[in-house]
Amino acid sequence: MSATQAATDEALIGRIANGDRLAMQVLYGRHHVRVFRFALRLVRNESVAEDLISEVFLDVWRQAGKFEGRSAVSTWLLAITRFKALSALRKRKDAELDDEAAAAIEDTSDNPETAVAKKDTGNALRNCLTALSPEHREIVDLVYYHEKSVEEVAEIVGIPENTVKTRLFYARKKLAELLKAAGIERGWP
Amino acid sequence: MTAASKQIEDREPTEIEALLPFHAAGTLNLRDARRVEEALANDPDLARQYAAIQDEYAETILLNESLGAPSTRAMQKLFDAIDAEPVRKPASSFSPLQRISEFFSSLAPRTLAYSAIAGAVALLLQAGVIGTVLVKDRSGSSFETASFQAPPAAGTYALIRFAPDANAADITKLLDTYKASIVSGPQAGMFRVRFGDAPLPKQDAAQLLAKVQGEKIISLVVAAE
Repeated sequence: MSATQAATDEALIGRIANGDRLAMQVLYGRHHVRVFRFALRLVRNESVAEDLISEVFLDVWRQAGKFEGRSAVSTWLLAITRFKALSALRKRKDAELDDEAAAAIEDTSDNPETAVAKKDTGNALRNCLTALSPEHREIVDLVYYHEKSVEEVAEIVGIPENTVKTRLFYARKKLAELLKAAGIERGWP
Repeated sequence: MTAASKQIEDREPTEIEALLPFHAAGTLNLRDARRVEEALANDPDLARQYAAIQDEYAETILLNESLGAPSTRAMQKLFDAIDAEPVRKPASSFSPLQRISEFFSSLAPRTLAYSAIAGAVALLLQAGVIGTVLVKDRSGSSFETASFQAPPAAGTYALIRFAPDANAADITKLLDTYKASIVSGPQAGMFRVRFGDAPLPKQDAAQLLAKVQGEKIISLVVAAE
């Protein structure tokens, strides 16, 4: 299907508002993987992330009539996902975690030092990206993976645009620190 | 925290520095993108930082792509939940014109052609039915134009002028007596009156009109066609 033949996300939302189940399937097909990955990076649990995407798209089904099209549908989806992920994290926090502890959790893959031992800078970078705090992880993912602009990230995260820029800058600094601690120099900072 | 990292934490990003990651991702507007390009061309330190950003950008994509996809359980759960939702009525803001347009655009060209033929046949049939009804109605219609003259009913006709002092009760009584009815008028003070249901022989008609002329409330009676 060409770009001109494909229904836009906004058109799909219009049809969903009228109870069109097929439009919902199309929208889900387009966005569920990215929504899942964004949720998974935030909650770090596949089962919870899967539950979240069901909840996110069910919200879309219920709220489609209220979508005003002031932002891209993908931005709207990520904002809902973030809200639900943080709610899920808060529920879990009572039982086991807080944000700091979550940030400190070791990934099951190689830690940065091990990666350096393997002389694999890329792998080390990915491990360091995983080791960032949830706040830094989400902004890095939104800008680099989800390709959101300053304005869109501000809308999703609910912070001013200048804060988006400085938060990403500090996330990158933290990343550089982690890499440096692992013995990797990249020429910056 | 090391001294080096403390130094990093203390420094605020410059305006262009803060835009570098967005430039790598291609989400800057044209004006900002040009500013960044110019700065990169003139500042080797900035260019070095940009190279590091491009590595971060590539590895972030790789990391996310390695996360895989959700199982079909998520989709199943979603559509089970949707099926359990109350059936919703289409929003009123959804234009009927748009709905009609979408319906026709959803039809295959062949289906659309058959529909057009069926529509044309239906129009012709409808025109035929309307025409038949109109012709039929005209043949036995009670509708008449103001200028239409119906053939006169059978009877003996006369033009009558009533006496000035004749009242309605007197006139009604006279009409009953002679089995007469006013057909039209007044015109020039005269009423056209029909006597009986059948035309009388000329002599009988003259006798009848002479008798009517003798009535107290009648001023003038003249035989009429």
